[in-house]
Amino acid sequence: MGTLMAFIILSAVTLVPAVVVVTSKNIVRSALSLVPTFLGITGLYVLLRAEFVAGIQVLIYAGAITVLILFVIMLTEGGTGVRVRQVNEQVPVGALVSAVLATLLIWVFLRTPWPQGPGTLPEHTAGQIGVTFLSSMVLVFEVTSLVLLISLVGAIIIARRER
Amino acid sequence: MAVGLTHFLVVGALLFCLGLYGVLTRRNAVAILMGIELMLNAANINLIAFNKYVAPAALDGQVFALVVITLAACEVGVGLALVITAYRNLETVYVDRIDVLKW
Amino acid sequence: MNWWVEIAKAFLAAVGMFTFLAIVAAMFGVLLERKVGGWIQSRLGPKHVGPQGVLQTLADTIKLLQKEHITPRAADVLVFNTAPLIVTTAGLMGWLVIPFGTLWGKVLVVRDLNIGILFFAAMASMTVIGILAGGWASNNKYSLLGALRSASQMISYELPLGIALVAVAMEAGTLSTVGIVRAQDGWMGSFIFRQFPAFVIFLVAATAEVNRIPFDLPEAESELVAGYHSEYTGMRFSLFMLGEYAEMFAMAAMITTLFLGGWKGPLLPPILWFFLKMYLVVFFMMWVRWTYPRFRLDQLLNLSWKILLPAGLIWILISGYRITF
Repeated sequence: MGTLMAFIILSAVTLVPAVVVVTSKNIVRSALSLVPTFLGITGLYVLLRAEFVAGIQVLIYAGAITVLILFVIMLTEGGTGVRVRQVNEQVPVGALVSAVLATLLIWVFLRTPWPQGPGTLPEHTAGQIGVTFLSSMVLVFEVTSLVLLISLVGAIIIARRER
Repeated sequence: MAVGLTHFLVVGALLFCLGLYGVLTRRNAVAILMGIELMLNAANINLIAFNKYVAPAALDGQVFALVVITLAACEVGVGLALVITAYRNLETVYVDRIDVLKW
Repeated sequence: MNWWVEIAKAFLAAVGMFTFLAIVAAMFGVLLERKVGGWIQSRLGPKHVGPQGVLQTLADTIKLLQKEHITPRAADVLVFNTAPLIVTTAGLMGWLVIPFGTLWGKVLVVRDLNIGILFFAAMASMTVIGILAGGWASNNKYSLLGALRSASQMISYELPLGIALVAVAMEAGTLSTVGIVRAQDGWMGSFIFRQFPAFVIFLVAATAEVNRIPFDLPEAESELVAGYHSEYTGMRFSLFMLGEYAEMFAMAAMITTLFLGGWKGPLLPPILWFFLKMYLVVFFMMWVRWTYPRFRLDQLLNLSWKILLPAGLIWILISGYRITF
């Protein structure tokens, strides 16, 4: 009962601001609505006993990515300038596609008999994740760090003012 | 009623479709990036839910979620750098206005 | 146990904890700040309210509570009113993982999370959203400039902060704050000796993260008329201040926990040791504040990206080598 209640509250905290994110006319408000969405997702991770990923989620998504997005909004249009149309002419089509896809996905999820795996999650996941990253997933780890480095250099080169 | 895998998958699907709607309908490039972030987060919810309910012995799902988070950070960094450059050169962040092939 | 009993307990614990912190950190902190400032600048500081001016902050708080809430006409009202709450909550949340000491064999900590220091870093990084929201919603160019400065500063200094935390976590072998204190046994066992570069990096980054002089560019009174909180009045302004002081004290408490051996010490009771060490760090931060002038923005960012971050990475390499071999 408690878990279900927590799940319902956290889903609402995730999905209601997400609607604001995609529909708000004010771009800064939609960027700020990302924060409760990400925090709700963090709560869902905690519910799924993935506390390390939850911590990283707050640190990276809520703390860094949202700030970066807000920063760029304020460096460009700022949301304070002229009121311009924020949506293109694809609203009906987009809504239709999204609704159909959502219905389809939920229908599939409800019909599929999901297998129940053996074993349980370890008590503390942080150390286990580290071990996994440096043993069986070491190639993934190295490639990810390479991509991170390349995108760091790339972002600097792209954003640097020439002339 | 206990919370099962399906609950989390449904939330993930709804979040993904909301993100998709944002990507399809927004004109502002930054807002499109926000939609993409929602979709990536939906994928992460699924990965972690599958990890817990289908394969709890290994932590591969959580490891993959961390990789996705890292790549999302890369994507936002490069994407926003592109937005800033476009704004600097074309003075707009609306993707339907960015229609020149060269300048 | 019913779920709503759990929620009620959590709520009451949060209210009690936050009230305690508002009194200990913010009210006493402001008084200490003014007294230390007076002492350093050879003046007396507040002296009139109560004996030696100890009730000055109480009087100020009552005054602020009575003041009118002014919302600028062009402001985004919802965001404008939410922003101080974000800053305050984020500043106070970090305290949940701070172990205050031991009492009858039990560790006094709200929650000994096994991702303790990660949680702390995450909460410290949330403050900047409140600052950006407040600065933007005020619809004032100085506020917006202050908020933008704050965003670039805090994002830059989160990296050295995180790197220092990584070095400490490697040394202790755990992310839990209680575990880190337990890992420091004996006087020489404090991580300030074994992790001195990490300590310096953390101290500098923490000072920058809480926007204090010499890193107080977001609110630089003389350039930006107080930056992101120019438009705030009364209790909303003091909520910003409360958040700032709570976070400053949380940083001091975290330095105590990570590097100074937490509650450990001879003779005196553990709680007293913890507060003694914490106020020592707080005093150091105040000493710096009343001594140094403000950095320029480019100097500030250079310090983070070109000195602290590479130094931190090299230190992680060195301490990793030392721990492994």
